[in-house]
Amino acid sequence: MPIRQLPKEWELKYNWLMKINVKNVARLANLPVSIDEEKKFEKQLEETLTYIENLNEVDTTEVKPADNVTGLTNITREDIVEPSLSQEEALRNTKSTHRGFFKVKGILDAK
Amino acid sequence: MLNRLSVKQVKNGLKEKRFSSLEVTKACLDAIRKTDEKLHSFVTVSEEEALRDAKNADEKISKGEDAPLQGIPLAIKDNFLTKGIRTTASSKILDEFMPTYDATVVLKLKDAGMVILGKTNMDAWAHGSSTETSDYGATRNPWDISKLPGGSSGGSAAAVAAHQTIAAIGSETAGSIRQPASWCGVVGLKPTYGRVSRYGIVAMGSSLDSAGPITKTVEDSALILSVLAGKDPKDATTSPLKLKLKIESDIKGLRIGVSPQYFINGIDPEVESGVKNAVKTFKELGAEIKELELFDPNYAIDVYTIIQRSEVSSNLARYDGIRFGKDRSYFGEEAKRRIMLGTYALSSGYYDQYYNKAQKVRAIIIEDFRKAFEKVDVIIAPTSPSLPLPVGSTKDSSMFGELADVLVEPSSIAGLSGINIPVGFSSSGLPIGAQIIGPQFQENAILGFAKSFEENTQNAAWRKNEPSFTEVSKGKPNL
Repeated sequence: MPIRQLPKEWELKYNWLMKINVKNVARLANLPVSIDEEKKFEKQLEETLTYIENLNEVDTTEVKPADNVTGLTNITREDIVEPSLSQEEALRNTKSTHRGFFKVKGILDAK
Repeated sequence: MLNRLSVKQVKNGLKEKRFSSLEVTKACLDAIRKTDEKLHSFVTVSEEEALRDAKNADEKISKGEDAPLQGIPLAIKDNFLTKGIRTTASSKILDEFMPTYDATVVLKLKDAGMVILGKTNMDAWAHGSSTETSDYGATRNPWDISKLPGGSSGGSAAAVAAHQTIAAIGSETAGSIRQPASWCGVVGLKPTYGRVSRYGIVAMGSSLDSAGPITKTVEDSALILSVLAGKDPKDATTSPLKLKLKIESDIKGLRIGVSPQYFINGIDPEVESGVKNAVKTFKELGAEIKELELFDPNYAIDVYTIIQRSEVSSNLARYDGIRFGKDRSYFGEEAKRRIMLGTYALSSGYYDQYYNKAQKVRAIIIEDFRKAFEKVDVIIAPTSPSLPLPVGSTKDSSMFGELADVLVEPSSIAGLSGINIPVGFSSSGLPIGAQIIGPQFQENAILGFAKSFEENTQNAAWRKNEPSFTEVSKGKPNL
């Protein structure tokens, strides 16, 4: 497996500069993360972030970012109603329904 | 032995009434029964549906009704929604998910007359290149079951190699068709981005995802592509360009680019010599070989990592476990890592540094290929820098896939077409694959080169090699 060498100063950098706050990111991503996982992810995500810093070697000052490889723009369709899933089909995979609707957790405080 | 046939051979046999679709289907189901406990290519075997489809096909054939894949048994990667057949994307979070509609690809295959054998194993959510991160256990490589099949479409590639199916469907974000095809010694086609609809495929990296066939022959690949291709109103990225399939295996005078950057540091010497021998064969067939300087593929690892994780985080941000599946606490480690890295890369203050930078380098890669294809018709390179790696290789490597896929990432990032073809074997009996990369919407060109190679190596000694692990293996399976 060809693995590009990590820079020698990497270990040093890793010790004094943590780039990612896993707890905060997990909250943003709405993911439950245990304390053990937090430590593990912190190390792994730091590794990945350090690795991808190689991109800084590429000069992109004059480059416009690619936003799409297809060259297609403004793809629209006729706004017409077509047959779709029945209510029963749409609800088939949910665990919790109420009178033919999806039952979800409360979003607003009841008080 | 009917399971060992190609799509074309089954088509001919059905047409000449030498056997029925039911017989071919039963042969495949039998092979699955005998081998899948060890290989584990399938997450779900849909025996009932397969037998029903086969009987229907036989009835249609007896009435003289023809369709491009009438009565052909196929296996579908488990990230394609199949109405009434469980679809998990190899993630336990979707363990009980029973789709109420078909992916466009599946619908097209059904319309073309396929018999659906079942759903093949993959890395959970397609997040990987080994099929080892499946929540349902790893798939093994039929050539040596102590090795990985590659991934994420590893189940599909292994099923084709082990003759559990006539052909299979896979999907690729960057390498997930070509790399497992390479490691399993079969043909894997990644069509141009936008050639085939993504509707109803469990989304991974939406600006990269492409669906395509994994087959025993190049001709089968072309036939299945012709069924899959086309504009879909349900996927706005599908191209209005029509596929006019015309495969010329005469490559005299055509130009092949070979880039030293793709024979990267650390490449397996047997892979290198295998691919260079294939290039030599092309030269003997009259192609002009040109050395080509390409943008260092190593940077594609970084671009791909950022773009893919960003798109994963955006796609899976919408997953709530309310309408189907289990809740977000059931995400596996790999999915969590990817969602978090993507969330971070897209978060306020970091967007420019990561996502925007990656999209700029992506633009450089696209332009680099555009210029290259002014000089050559196709580019040939190794598909994977290594031979199939041992089971367990992904453990503790959070970037295993990105590194394993270094040579397929640039063309995926640029949305190009590419195909893996088997070009020989290592001294240890493991398959070696080469990829042929073409410009966007030039599937005819890459399939032509692939066919030319296949035709002209048909009698090569290595073509007689058989995977050590199929239902007919004479010796002891290589455990």
